[in-house]
Amino acid sequence: MNLSFTADQETFRKQVRSWIKTNLPKKDTGAQPLESGDPKRVREMKDWQRKLHQAGYVAMGWPKEYGGRAADVVEQTIVNEELVLARAPGLIGMMGILMVGPTLIQHGTVEQKHRHLPKILTAEEIWCQGYSEPGSGSDLASLKTRAELVGDEFIVNGQKVWTSNAQYADWMFCLVRTDPTAPKHKGISYLLVDMKSPGITVRPLVQMTGDAGFNEVFFDNVRVPRRNLVGELNLGWLVANSTLAHERNMLGSTTRTQQMFNGLLRLAQTRQRYGRPAADDLVMRQRLADLMIRVEAMKYHAFRQLTDSIRGRPPGIGASVNKLVSTELNHDIAAAALEIMGSYGTLARKSNHVVDRGTWPIEFMFTLGLVIGGGTSQIQKNIISERGLGMPR
Amino acid sequence: MDFALSDDQELLQRSARDFLNKECAPSFVREVTRSDDGFARGLHEKMAAMGWSGLIVPERFGGLDLSLLDLALLNEEMGRTVTPGPFFSSAVLATLTLLRSNAAALQKAWLPKLASGSAIGSLALLEESDRLDAIGVTLRCTKNRRGYRLNGTKMFVLDAHVADFMLVAGRCRAAAQDGIVLLLVPRDTPGIEIKPLLDIDQTRRPCEVAFRDVELPEAALAAGEGRAWKVLSRVMDAAAIILAADSLGGAQKALEMSVEYSKVREQFGRPIGSFQAVKHICAEMVSDIEPARSLVWYAAYAFDHEPRQAARAASMAKARLSDVYSRTTNRAVQIHGGIGFTWEHDMHLWFKRAKWNEVAFGDATHHRERLAQLSAF
Ligand SMILES: Cc1cc2nc3c(=O)[nH]c(=O)nc-3n(C[C@H](O)[C@H](O)[C@H](O)COP(=O)(O)OP(=O)(O)OC[C@H]3O[C@@H](n4cnc5c(N)ncnc54)[C@H](O)[C@@H]3O)c2cc1C
Repeated sequence: MNLSFTADQETFRKQVRSWIKTNLPKKDTGAQPLESGDPKRVREMKDWQRKLHQAGYVAMGWPKEYGGRAADVVEQTIVNEELVLARAPGLIGMMGILMVGPTLIQHGTVEQKHRHLPKILTAEEIWCQGYSEPGSGSDLASLKTRAELVGDEFIVNGQKVWTSNAQYADWMFCLVRTDPTAPKHKGISYLLVDMKSPGITVRPLVQMTGDAGFNEVFFDNVRVPRRNLVGELNLGWLVANSTLAHERNMLGSTTRTQQMFNGLLRLAQTRQRYGRPAADDLVMRQRLADLMIRVEAMKYHAFRQLTDSIRGRPPGIGASVNKLVSTELNHDIAAAALEIMGSYGTLARKSNHVVDRGTWPIEFMFTLGLVIGGGTSQIQKNIISERGLGMPR
Repeated sequence: MDFALSDDQELLQRSARDFLNKECAPSFVREVTRSDDGFARGLHEKMAAMGWSGLIVPERFGGLDLSLLDLALLNEEMGRTVTPGPFFSSAVLATLTLLRSNAAALQKAWLPKLASGSAIGSLALLEESDRLDAIGVTLRCTKNRRGYRLNGTKMFVLDAHVADFMLVAGRCRAAAQDGIVLLLVPRDTPGIEIKPLLDIDQTRRPCEVAFRDVELPEAALAAGEGRAWKVLSRVMDAAAIILAADSLGGAQKALEMSVEYSKVREQFGRPIGSFQAVKHICAEMVSDIEPARSLVWYAAYAFDHEPRQAARAASMAKARLSDVYSRTTNRAVQIHGGIGFTWEHDMHLWFKRAKWNEVAFGDATHHRERLAQLSAF
C-alpha cells in the first residue's frame, strides 16, 4: 500500500494542472445542452476532446499505435483528478473511449482497430450503443433485430430504442440476431454500423428532463459489410458482455461523483436557509458527511480495483458493485442539492432566479436515468448475488 | 501508487484466519463468554506467541514493528470470529497510548510485557457523562510532593478486571484539553475498586472503576498537561479504525453465513436463496461491504502515512462501518428467520458485537459531525 506519488508524477500533475488552466473551455457560450444535439455544442465538445487528446490526456493507457501513450493508470488517474478539481466538462466521445474502444482492443481485428480507435480519441467519430429494443431491456439476450448474412454483407432489419447520442453519432456498436434457431445467447452477433448507411432512421425521444437525449433507431434493409463483425459470428454475446462490464465501470466512475459532491458542498456553504448557510444545519451536516463518506469510499475503492487490474486479478462482479453504488449515490447527491435549494430547487432551466444555471434539477432526473440505464439496480443485484455469491436462480 | 495489501499482509490475513478458525470457533467463544471473567488466557498467550500482541511495538521492545494497517487486518479476522478477550484493550489501546506517550521509563517497563502477552493493559477514559471530548474527563488529579492523587470514577473501562495496569485520564486543571494528564496505574494500587458491568455483547467486558485517594508516584506520569489529550486523540483515531476493521470482518462473516444458510434452507419447495428478496439483500450487503473495505484500508494507511488526513479518514471509516455492520447483522438475523433469533444459533454473537462496535469510540452520528468539522463544512 502506497498512495504517494513519485517526484515525476508530481511534476506531471503540475504540467496537467497548468495545461488545464490555459485550455479549459468557457463555461457558458450560449449553446444548448448536448442532449439537444445543438451542432454548436457538439462542435465545442468535440473541440475540447480533441485538444485534450492532442495534449495526450485521453485514453492514455491505449497502445501507442492506436493513438494512446501506453501510459500507466496512475497518470490517467492524475489527469482525471485534475479535471475534477478544475470542474472541466466531460468527454463527448465517452462511449467510444470507455466502451467500444476497449472492446475492440480486446476482440477487434487489426483492421478494425486501425480504422476506428484513432478517430474515437480525436472525437472525429462519435459512437452510440444499439443494445436495447422495445421488447428487450433487462432481458437483453432476447433481442430480435435481425441480420442475415448475404454474400459478404449483413442485411439488418429491426429496431433499437433508448439509444443515447444516436442523434449526432457517426457509428453504432450494435447487437443483432444472426441465428434465430439457436438458444437466445448463442445466436447474437456484434456489428459496427455506420450511422450514415441508407435505411437507418433516427427518431429522437424526449426524456423527462425535456431534452431529446436518446432515440429510436430503425433499420430497414441496412447493409453492413462483413468486416464490421466483431468477434465470431453468433458469439456476439461474449463481446457484448465485455462492453457491458466497461459500461458499468464508466457509469460507476467516481470522478463524476466527486465532482458532483464538490458542487453540492459549495452549494451547501453558500445557500442560506433560515438565515445561515445550509451547511450549518446539524441535520444537513449529517447528510453531507454521509455522502462525503460514501463518495470517498468509492474513490479508494476505485484505487483498489485499479491496482487489482494492474496486477492482473480478475475483477469479478466489481463493475456491478460500482454501477449499483455510484449511480444511486449520484442521485442521492442531486437530491440533497435540491433540498438545500428549497423552492429554488425545482425551478426550470429557463426560469428567472434559477440557481447554478438550473443544472441540479436536471442532474436529479438524469442521475435516476442512469440508475436504469446500463442495467437497472435490480439487474446489478441479480448479477452480484447469482454470479458473485453463487445464489441459486 | 499502489492500493493493495502486500504479500506479507495477505499472508498475515490467511494465517490469522486459519488460526482463529481453529482456536476460536463459536463454541469456544460461547464457553469463554459464559465464564466469569470472559478471559481465555490460553488463547491470549497463543496469540502473543505469534507476535500479535506486539504487532505495532518497536523491535527494541520485543515487537514486530508493523503498521496500523497490519493491526487492522488482524482485528478484521478477530471480528470475523467475534474473538473475546482483552486484545483490543491491551494490544491496541494500552499499547498505542504508551507508544504515543513520551514516558521512556514506563515504555521500557511495560511495552515488552504487553508485546509478550505477559501483562495486560487497559485505557480508562470515559466517565459517567459518556462524553468522548476533553470535557468528559473530570477525574480529579491533585499533584503533591510525592506525586499524584486520584479521586473519581471511570466508566466502561474495558477488561479492567483482568488488566495489570490502566492508563487513566485525569484532570489537573480546568483548561479543557491542556488540563488533562495520563497516568499509569497498576491494578493493585490501594484505593481502586473494580466492578464489572454486564454488556449484551458478552465478548466485551467493560468495568466501572472507582478511585478513592489513589496515590501515585511522579514516575506514573505517561503524558503530562498539554500533551495527554493529543496522545488520547491519536489513540481514539486508532481505536476507531481498529473497531471499523473488526466490524468489517464481522459484517463479511454475517454475509457469508447468510448466503450459506440461504442455499440450504428450503421453503415453498426451493432454497430461500432463490427468492429475489433474499438475493437482493445479500447483494446490498456486498455493495455495502466492499467499498467499506477500501475505506478501512485507507484509514489505516492514512493513520501512519498521511497525518493531515488521518483524523478525517478515521472518522469516515468508523461512521461507515458503524452503519454497515449493524445493518448487515440486522438483515442476517432476518435471513435466518426464527432460528436466527434464538440464543442457540450463533448469529446473535455478531449482532451484539455490531451494536457494541457501533457505539464504542463514537457512533456514526458523532463521527459524521466530526468529519464535517474537520472538513470545514
Ligand atoms: C438514460 C438512459 C439511457 C440509455 N441509453 C441506452 C443506450 O445508449 N443504448 C442502449 O442500448 N440502451 C440504453 N438504455 C436502455 C437501458 O439499458 C434499459 O432501459 C435498461 O436495461 C432496462 O430495460 P427496460 O427499459 O426494458 O426495462 P425492463 O427490463 O422492462 O425493466 C422494468 C423494471 O423491471 C425490473 N426487472 C426486469 N427484469 C428483472 C429481473 N430479472 N429481476 C428483477 N427485476 C427485473 C427492472 O429492474 C425495472 O425496474 C438507456 C436507458 C436510460 C434510462
